[in-house]
Amino acid sequence: MSDFTSEFWSWFVIAITAGSILWLFYLLRGNKRVEGEPGVPTGHVWDENLEELNNPLPRWWLIMFYITIFFSIVYLVLYPGMGSFKGLLGWTEVGQYEAEVKAADAEFGPLFAKFEQTPIPELAKNTAAMAAGERLFVNYCAVCHGSDARGAPGFPNLRDNDWLYGGSPEKIEETILNGRQSNGMISWEASLGGEEGVNQVAEYVMSLSGRDVDQALAAKGKEKFALCAGCHMPDGTGNQVLGAPNLTDNIWLYGGSPRTIRESIAKGRSGKMPAHNEFLGKAKSHILAAYVYSLSN
Amino acid sequence: MNNETMTYDYTVVRQFAIVAVVLGIVGMLIGVFIASQMAWPVLNFDTPWLSFGRLRPLHTNAVIFGFGGSVLFATSYYVVQRTCHTRLFAPALAQFTFIGWMLVIASAVVTLPLGITSSKEYAELEWPIDILITIVWVAYAVVFFGTIAKRRVKHIYVANWFFGAFIITIAMLHIVNSAEVPVNFLKSYSAYAGVQDAMVQWWYGHNAVGFFLTAGFLGIMYYFIPKQANRPVYSYRLSVVHFWALTFTYIWAGPHHLHYTALPDWAQSLGMVFSLILLAPSWGGMINGIMTLSGAWEKLRTDPILKFLIVSVSFYGMSTFEGPMMAIKTVNALSHYTDWTIGHVHSGALGWVAMVSIGAMYFLIPKLFDTEIYSKKLIETHFWVATIGIVLYICSMWISGIMQGLMWRAINDDGTLTYSFVESVQAMHPFYIVRAGGGLLFLTGMLIMAYNLTKTIAQGKAAVDVIPVPAAAH
Repeated sequence: MSDFTSEFWSWFVIAITAGSILWLFYLLRGNKRVEGEPGVPTGHVWDENLEELNNPLPRWWLIMFYITIFFSIVYLVLYPGMGSFKGLLGWTEVGQYEAEVKAADAEFGPLFAKFEQTPIPELAKNTAAMAAGERLFVNYCAVCHGSDARGAPGFPNLRDNDWLYGGSPEKIEETILNGRQSNGMISWEASLGGEEGVNQVAEYVMSLSGRDVDQALAAKGKEKFALCAGCHMPDGTGNQVLGAPNLTDNIWLYGGSPRTIRESIAKGRSGKMPAHNEFLGKAKSHILAAYVYSLSN
Repeated sequence: MNNETMTYDYTVVRQFAIVAVVLGIVGMLIGVFIASQMAWPVLNFDTPWLSFGRLRPLHTNAVIFGFGGSVLFATSYYVVQRTCHTRLFAPALAQFTFIGWMLVIASAVVTLPLGITSSKEYAELEWPIDILITIVWVAYAVVFFGTIAKRRVKHIYVANWFFGAFIITIAMLHIVNSAEVPVNFLKSYSAYAGVQDAMVQWWYGHNAVGFFLTAGFLGIMYYFIPKQANRPVYSYRLSVVHFWALTFTYIWAGPHHLHYTALPDWAQSLGMVFSLILLAPSWGGMINGIMTLSGAWEKLRTDPILKFLIVSVSFYGMSTFEGPMMAIKTVNALSHYTDWTIGHVHSGALGWVAMVSIGAMYFLIPKLFDTEIYSKKLIETHFWVATIGIVLYICSMWISGIMQGLMWRAINDDGTLTYSFVESVQAMHPFYIVRAGGGLLFLTGMLIMAYNLTKTIAQGKAAVDVIPVPAAAH
């Protein structure tokens, strides 16, 4: 696609570029020599003692200037620059990118194709593949999941074998390729009757993983937990089809303090993992799946 | 002719000169603080208005527009009077530029830490402040060109060409780049979108360097070096050619900030070739500055003010060589987004702009207060402290920047990246400490200067200089 809305603008760019380079050239040509005797003051005096000498342009400087002008002309013949003229080399930024990607694919493609054919549990034991997986992980995943893959509030720990959407090799690969958009836990504050209801449910939720809680509040919370059971299941063990966390294992995606748990219930939560298929491709996603699988298997 | 018209108007020059030193210290103090935050992030104190993101624009605004701007106002008002042999045109308007500019700086100090920003680099101030800047700038132009118009010598001295080009171009850049649509009193959006916005921004950004920090300071160089050395300018012809070539070529160079981006290929190429052409016009200024000393080199040994001035021109030459090199696409592919850029900017900002300003202030302030400098020895100390500070700053950023660029592109045998981003950050840590140390040394030099100049001013009184009759042309 042309960068210009009409040929006029292309010619406009060509004209002012060529005109500018020519103008610089004539500026130098026209000032090559000085009139009168060189090395003496020009005769103008300002502020009592400010004067200027009638020295010519230094030769080496002039040559340097001409060289840069000459280089520019050659460059603009070879490379795009003069409006919509493509340049004799046909170089483009996008073309350079595509050529580099193609060269990299040619060099590394066969190795990655071999990895892609290997089943994940087997690949997870391949030292070379896991070295590549670790480098891919620190560059593409560590920003959210941490360099050590232990996660951060809102971003799951990948080493604890607790899975929101399932920890089978296939499920992990699916998560990486297509991403995950949580169904979103809605705000429950109004439905639970305000802060009191939230507190009761929070106490009950904490009791599920055997934590010390206020039994009276927890008992009331248990009645209200029916509202939560749709996703988190009546026993609170969660549902990987929906990405609803297991509430009985004392592992907390957004933090396990009573305050944070109350906040999750009152305000709701929603998380997202972006899809990586288009960005990383199948082979790298496969290696990454094996790497993530290897962290807890 | 009455008394009033027989003496130079130094009031506004004195005001700007003193404020320049104060704002230099403030701006550089913030610089040292944010440099320390890079080394020790705990210094962000989890406080929004103390965080790097908000203080960095305050640092750049304070040093460029606060310090640099005040130096330019002071020196241009001084130089234009002295070289035109006449008083300032419209002194009340000149006084207004001082008050107005101080209001601009004060607004920056309040709004930027509060996070009120247009988000355009070096043009962060929001639209009401942009309008104030425009009004002050027009007043500045009226005073400056009005003074030129009533000059009592026929020829306009070279320093004034550079000051004039700086004033006109900054007006144009500011108005075009700051075109914005206000949403409310403190928020606006740029009039441009997408890559056009980026291109306008860097057309502005690069020429803020080219005209604010280069052309204006070349004006300073052309007055203060010949004055301090008591030697004629090396070549009138060179000054003509490099003036036109520099002002003409700079305006093209902006796209080199946008190599390998969505900017069309043709625009990137033009930015690159004109950046290369810019090498010679820039060096023309350096040659004229340094060669002015030819025949008087021995003065460099004994005159610390001249040391500041000549070393500044040397740094100017170095960074205007480095700049065109970094504008070459293949070099830029390595240097872009790394600390190398920061090092390059500071070799210009500290080495050139600050050093020439410091030299000019040491020359100017005793003259404005009709006295001698309090301590020449302290100027010498300041010179060495500042120079060592700059060298530490630039070298640490060169190493860190090139290392960063190489780490980002290093790949293993299997094609994966050798280093993660955070590993490159970790590798930069020692260099960030050295950089903060270099900045601290430079700031220390500024404090020595403030002490020396305070003592100087205390022993002096407001100077009253009679305007001499212009020398007749030979």
